[in-house]
Parts: sequence; structure tokens; C-alpha cells
Amino acid sequence: MPPIQSDSALTRRAALLAALMPPLFIHIPAAAEDAAPNVTVIRIENFSFTPAGLTVPPGTTVTWQNNDDIPHTVVSPQKVFRSKPLDTGDRFSFTFAEPGVYSYFCGLHPHMVGTVTVAR
Amino acid sequence: MTIDGDDGPRFDPDGIDRRGFLECMTWAGTGLLWSVAAGLPAAIGMRQALAAPAATPFTFLQISDSHVGFDKPANPDARATLREAIAKIKTLPSKPAFMIHTGDISHLSKDKEFDDADQIIGEAGIPVFYVPGEHDLIDEGTGAAYLARYGKNAKGAGWFSFDQNGIHYVGLVNVVNLKAGGLGNLGDEQLAWLKDDLAGQSASTPIVVFAHIPLWTVYPDWGWGTSDGAEALSYLRRFGSVTVLNGHIHQVMQKVEGAIAFHTARSTAFPQPAPGTAPSPGPQKVPAGELRKLLGIATVDFVRGSEPLAIIDRPLDG
Ligand SMILES: [Cu+2]
Repeated sequence: MPPIQSDSALTRRAALLAALMPPLFIHIPAAAEDAAPNVTVIRIENFSFTPAGLTVPPGTTVTWQNNDDIPHTVVSPQKVFRSKPLDTGDRFSFTFAEPGVYSYFCGLHPHMVGTVTVAR
Repeated sequence: MTIDGDDGPRFDPDGIDRRGFLECMTWAGTGLLWSVAAGLPAAIGMRQALAAPAATPFTFLQISDSHVGFDKPANPDARATLREAIAKIKTLPSKPAFMIHTGDISHLSKDKEFDDADQIIGEAGIPVFYVPGEHDLIDEGTGAAYLARYGKNAKGAGWFSFDQNGIHYVGLVNVVNLKAGGLGNLGDEQLAWLKDDLAGQSASTPIVVFAHIPLWTVYPDWGWGTSDGAEALSYLRRFGSVTVLNGHIHQVMQKVEGAIAFHTARSTAFPQPAPGTAPSPGPQKVPAGELRKLLGIATVDFVRGSEPLAIIDRPLDG
């Protein structure tokens, strides 16, 4: 990606990007466009979240993907986010705007736990 | 089995209670095979078996973990194996008075799954008492669909008790309000209800308690236990005969602790590995010819005046 030249250029580029990209990517903040893509996947495999501990910058969209033959859920005990049941191959995404430590677990198999740390 | 303080159930080093009574039999081929509970002398089982036919036994049935909707490689058609389980009921030597289903009726709490389960299980033509598994409470309303269908006469999240043929039955729910990092959970409201419910019962009344997740700690690393199960069991210790029936772990496991016999039933959908023998408790894939040996139902025979309830595990294939 070329470097950002000005605010108006950025706005034009963001608008262009929004028009061209499939809807899935529209919500990615334009300011981060020349950083590494800030979408991160946590795999659900063998009744575990992998990686179980993850540190990301604010604004990151984290996607959980269930690769098990059994449904799982992703639930924040602080009620920050809660997925529907994820059957095999299903995904759930949440964008972490604010810094903090977000623990979560599987509502079906509560021994499955993980943490997303959001830090600058 | 020794009980250390208030820590609840624990295995002796050899996992055996020599004062216990529970026998487990497996139905194989044309005859009854006695596979006596972990190391109990076979002779005790045989004596009991010879003594039993004098009275007409009262039988009820346990079915569990039908997971209607499951279609993964471990069993591409959980409806078909449930149908086989129900067909097996019709071949039993004595018709069960009723059936208890210890949860995970459906796989994803979908209406269609519950509908199909009801239709197939209904073909048995006997009353059914349900408690939910965690798979039955993942509808939009987190359990509203289950309660509307099965919980009309139940309290709270679906718990209840009833009496039949001199036995007091209690159905418990340990799959709601699960806490991060924890096990199955009954909760204070249900425990208070249970204490009150049992207070009115004579110590000589046989008690049958059933719930989805084992009330005893089977394997906490896989969440196979109930965090406040020991509290519930403490209310049951004064009774002369207590049988605890669970599902969830998709395999037969049992132990006897004083007058309390614990037993888990097979699933009718897919087997799960023995504790710690696989990276996870996920569905166990076995050769097609082996699957039906690992699925099944259980019957429970009660002969009035004789203490133990004899639990017979009956695989689909055998
Ligand atoms: Cu899970």
C-alpha cells in the first residue's frame, strides 16, 4: 500500500475501498490500512481455543472458527460478547475497540477458556 | 469406597467398594453376560441373578444423549441409531414401565430436531421423563424451547420429582448458568428445592436421581463432573438405596459409594473416549462395524424387598 498523503486522500481512499471491497471488510478501520491486516483467527480444536491467550492492538477483529465435530460457543462472562452456537466450520467475529483484558469461555463446555488482551 | 471429609466422591486406589451391591450386566448375543462392576466378585452377581426371578421385577429404562441432528463422521445418522434403540426396547423381556431421558435429546436445540426426537422416542409407547443436556438449551431463548416442550410440570430450569412403584425419582438440571472454568452446576435454588423435596421421604424409600452431567467427579479436565454435586449427595446419604443415573460422557461408567450407586449410560448417537485417552472428549470415530457395540440404552430392574437396583446396559449391537 502507498503511504497516506493527506486526510482528504485518506478519505477518498477509504471511500473507494469501501465501494470496491466485499461487505465483510468495510468495517475494518481505514486508519489501519497500511498496517498488517488486523483480523486474527482463534481456532477451536480439540475442545480448546488456539491460541488460548492472544494480544492484539485496539480495533482488531478477532474471529473464532470451530473446527471440532461438536458445537461450541464463545461467551464473555462480562457480557461483552456472546456467540450463537457454532457448529462445525462456523465462525464468530468481534471487534475489540477498547484496551483491556477480555476473558471468555465456551458456554457448552465451560472448562474451555481463553483470553484476548487488547493493548496499544 | 471411603469418603474423605466433605470432598465428595472419590475412588479408592482400586476403585472398588467391597460393601457395594451394584452389578452391571451386558446383554450379548443370546444370553446375559455378567460383567460385574469393577472387580466385584462374580459369585455375588450370580447369586443375585438366581435369587431375582422369584418376584416380578419392575423395570424402567434409561436413554441418553440421542443428539438428534448429529451427522458427523462418528455417526452420519443419529436419527437412525435412535430408531434402533427404540426398536430394541420392544424386544426387551419385560416391558419397561417408563423411560427417563438424561439429556442431549437434540444436537443444536432446533425445533426440527426436537420434533424428530419426539416422534421416534414416542414409538416406544411408554411415558418419558426428560432432563436437559447442554445441547438442549442453545436455542435463541437459552432453554425456552426445551421448557415449553418438556418442562410444563417442572420447576426452575426443568427439575422435578415423582413417585412410582414405591420409588422416589428426582430429575435434576446441571447444565444452566455454567461458569467459566467450571463443571456442571445445580445452583442454590435447585439445591434448596432438592433438600426440601427429600426431607419428606422415609430413609427406607429407594431414591433414583438423574441428571445429564455426572453428579460425581469423573474427569474434571474434560468438565465431567458437577461443582456442587457433593452438596446434593450429602442430602442422599441417609437413604438406604440411592441410584444416580447420568449421561453426557457417552460411555458406561459406574461406582458404588456406601448405599449410593452411580451409573452413566451410553449414548444412542456416538461414543466418546475414556477419560484422558484422547486429546479431547470429542466424538470417537470407530470402524462402522464397531459403532453399535458402543451405543445403547440401559434398563433398571427393581425387585421390591431386595435392596439393589440392577442396571443392565444393552448395546444396540449385541
Ligand atoms: Cu464447547
